[in-house]
Amino acid sequence: MTSDFLLSLAQAITKGLLTGMVYGLMALGLSVIFGVMRVVNFAHGEMMIVGMYLAWAGSEYLQVSPMLSLPLIAAVFFVAGYALQRGMISPFIGRPEHQQFLLLLGIALVLVNVCLAVVGPDSHGVQLDSQFDSYEVGPLVLDAVRLHAAIAAVVIAGLLWLFFTHTRIGKSIRAAADNNMGALVVGLNVKRLYAITFGVGAACVGAAGALMITIIPVTPFLAAEYTLLAFVIVIVGGLGSMTGALLGGLLIGVSEAVAGLLVDPSLKSMFSFGLLILVLLLRPQGLLGKRGT
Amino acid sequence: MTILRRLVHGVAPRVLWMLVGLLALLLVAPAVLDTYGLSVLILILYFAYVGQAWNIMMGFAGQLSLGHALYAGLGGYVAAGLFTHYGIGPWAGAFAAAAAAALAGAIVGYLGFRFSLAGVYFALLTIAFGEFTRIAFDHLDWFGASGGLFLKVDVAPNPFDLRGGPLLFYYVILALAAGAFLLCRLLLESRLGRYWLAIREDAEAAQAVGVPVLRYKMLAITVSAALTSLAGVWNAFYYNNLFPETAFGMSRSIEITLAPIIGGLGTLFGPVVGAVVLTGLGEVFTSVGDTLGIPGIKQIFYGIALLVIVMYRPAGVWPWLAARFGATERRQ
Repeated sequence: MTSDFLLSLAQAITKGLLTGMVYGLMALGLSVIFGVMRVVNFAHGEMMIVGMYLAWAGSEYLQVSPMLSLPLIAAVFFVAGYALQRGMISPFIGRPEHQQFLLLLGIALVLVNVCLAVVGPDSHGVQLDSQFDSYEVGPLVLDAVRLHAAIAAVVIAGLLWLFFTHTRIGKSIRAAADNNMGALVVGLNVKRLYAITFGVGAACVGAAGALMITIIPVTPFLAAEYTLLAFVIVIVGGLGSMTGALLGGLLIGVSEAVAGLLVDPSLKSMFSFGLLILVLLLRPQGLLGKRGT
Repeated sequence: MTILRRLVHGVAPRVLWMLVGLLALLLVAPAVLDTYGLSVLILILYFAYVGQAWNIMMGFAGQLSLGHALYAGLGGYVAAGLFTHYGIGPWAGAFAAAAAAALAGAIVGYLGFRFSLAGVYFALLTIAFGEFTRIAFDHLDWFGASGGLFLKVDVAPNPFDLRGGPLLFYYVILALAAGAFLLCRLLLESRLGRYWLAIREDAEAAQAVGVPVLRYKMLAITVSAALTSLAGVWNAFYYNNLFPETAFGMSRSIEITLAPIIGGLGTLFGPVVGAVVLTGLGEVFTSVGDTLGIPGIKQIFYGIALLVIVMYRPAGVWPWLAARFGATERRQ
């Protein structure tokens, strides 16, 4: 019995880790946006489900697998995020939080209800050829779909890391985040950098949506849940920290999976919120966040 | 007498007469309104009241709470639970409800303020407590768990148990809204209110000149939570049912914040004006949505309206209106 239990525990943890990578990618978008612009994207979950719907529509109507439509979705999200920042969010940077909150709440309401109006309230999933495939690693059985999504999420996160450390624009963005005034003084076009940042953050969440649809079917009602989930992840990992967002994603993924195994699955988000409250009280900057600012 | 004098101190007679006139109009309004009109007015007063309660914390003391559904939900559940299980009427139950909500507010506030969480982090903490409680209530059988708690409706009308028609609920919420308006006016004119404003503007400076910041932040959240819980009690008995998903849901918390933000934070008329604007828009969009028959269309318009207001009147509708009509209420 104990070895059975240990095996199912290990199985749940692996499953949680794989889903957690996709959570991490979603939260990465939120974290990048907050880290650079100090704007909390209250429309994050709504953007996520738009990505899921686009990938679903591509698979349903054009027979393109979500993995293939992912780069296109990310590109569309980048452009949309860039335009959104330029057109609407830019004036709100540095404004009181409640005004930013109201602005993004308005955007969120429009996004989720456009989905509802266009697609309807029913849930939609994607059937992949590899739906029932699995890999066996020792005694563990890994879901092929979940494993592919996790690998893709890691690759995208790696690309993002390269972008921020090895490209001129990426370095400029980090400079603007560290010292806004300094960036302005040396002549960086901060407004453009902010727009690119929002585009990159949006591309992350769009890509995460395309991956998530391979794991879970989408409904409009998931949006609010994902917004909250992304908040929990980035706070636990550290708002503004990229590795923190990934670590937070893994932690929440595992805690959900283990809570689903050990106690009632409906209690799983209580664990996440409990973890969030603990982190906020004991280490408000998050596990990997920096103090100050 | 001193209270009355403080209430009217510095208020132009013209404004006083307008307020008295408005109250008189609201008192006789049910005589001329049909059922639909009365239900809309009830909704406006509800949002004005609950917005006034939230405004104490955010508009006066500057602490952003996005989890006020916690206090409204607790209030509703405590009063409804006492009524259903022990037959204790809501007028007595309201005290228990307010005490429970004030305690919850004190816990959230103490944890948040003690560890000097501010801004976004504090707001996210309030959301987390709301969600945590929502999921907990999904599993509390005494409160009906996720299946919901239903109040007895097949009883004789009895104002002492808050059992009756819309008219009863109209006058109760009117009394609450008017009372909260007066209370907020008194608070703003008191030393307590001045301390809150000082904390909102610059907590460190306030601390430096000797304002006990932690104590006054705690007062703000407990007073705000207790007042919010009364709206929850009223809500529970008006609709006769309670579900954790709606009572503690994030969307309930958000709708509490909208009227004061849209109307004008930190002003007395802001929550009232915001409630009129939002309820009015909501009703118009509902009828448009029903005509078009597309799901979600109402919320799309609503979202666009929020965007337009926050982009063009970020400080709220009331300060702009007041300036146009030459009234003098500035953001305190």
